[in-house]
Amino acid sequence: MHLIQVTIIAFALFAVWRTVIKFRSGELGRFHLVLWLLLWAAAGFLVALPQATSWLAVLAGVGRGVDVAIYLSVVVLFYLTFRLFVRLEKIEHDITLLVREMGLKDRRPGALEEKDRADEGSRSGRT
Amino acid sequence: MSVFAVVPAYNEEKTVADVVRSLGSVTDRVIVVDDGSTDRTGPEADGAGALVLRHLFNRGLGAAIGTGLRHALDLDADVVLTFDADGQHRAEDVPHLIGPLLDGRADVAIGVRTLDRHMMPRSRRTANWIGNALTFALFGLWVQDSQSGLRAFTSSAASRLDLRCDRMEVSSEIVREIRRHRLRLHEQPIRPDYTPYSLSKGQGFVAGLKTAGRLVLHRVMR
Repeated sequence: MHLIQVTIIAFALFAVWRTVIKFRSGELGRFHLVLWLLLWAAAGFLVALPQATSWLAVLAGVGRGVDVAIYLSVVVLFYLTFRLFVRLEKIEHDITLLVREMGLKDRRPGALEEKDRADEGSRSGRT
Repeated sequence: MSVFAVVPAYNEEKTVADVVRSLGSVTDRVIVVDDGSTDRTGPEADGAGALVLRHLFNRGLGAAIGTGLRHALDLDADVVLTFDADGQHRAEDVPHLIGPLLDGRADVAIGVRTLDRHMMPRSRRTANWIGNALTFALFGLWVQDSQSGLRAFTSSAASRLDLRCDRMEVSSEIVREIRRHRLRLHEQPIRPDYTPYSLSKGQGFVAGLKTAGRLVLHRVMR
């Protein structure tokens, strides 16, 4: 076994360990636990036995097994980037909703008087 | 019938006061959404008599329009229009725009910047056409000026808009909502005032590409 294979397998094991810890602490749902475990298991398997990908390569009409792995990783990375984008857009929009509520709150009838009172309160609190 | 204008404004201290004053004669109330400006946009609008809402920091055109519409509806507006703060729209066009809404013939009106086409630079015309084509491809409704900032909604139409795009994509998103709710659309030709200032405020090529990209992704997301 080459050094690169050992390194990648060690990293996969480390990732599995982290995933399980996250699942136990409740940060990760059951679905994502299975998804990540499958992903890392597949990665470890393919790295340990690269020749196993050859039949997949023949099936996909690609020259070498390694190529299939690379194509698949590109697809997976693309999908993950998309997921990241979706999450980011949601957070951005949540920030907008927050900023909107804050802007509208200042405009509520009586909001200015409330603010004055609050300012006065903080001033008298300081002295 | 109370007519409210929503003016989203980001760093428009030079023009916003004139815009607010010009709207005074054709609307009952002007709401300026100061979208986190770093200049004197808010105080200028306030001094001109607008009701100013302030975003703590810049959230983009769609966010500002959403905030303004929401406040106009809270204040029981019957008709709400959106009007750019850069001075490219003329208040004289507003009565023609909202006429069909007040008569009950339409739910939404869009000001189409086609009069005096020669005034619009070629690059801008091309960009607008691409915007229209993309909007049509994604949402299936062809409008003559999908990126126009001058629009009007009845209160019932405005309350049905579900706007999630915070930036420039909102213009196309509004077209999507028009189609989704089968709102009756009136397209009113208007005469824009293209000044070097208002032209400098438009989207550049790269910004336009980003807007298009986000629009496609939003389409995939929903």
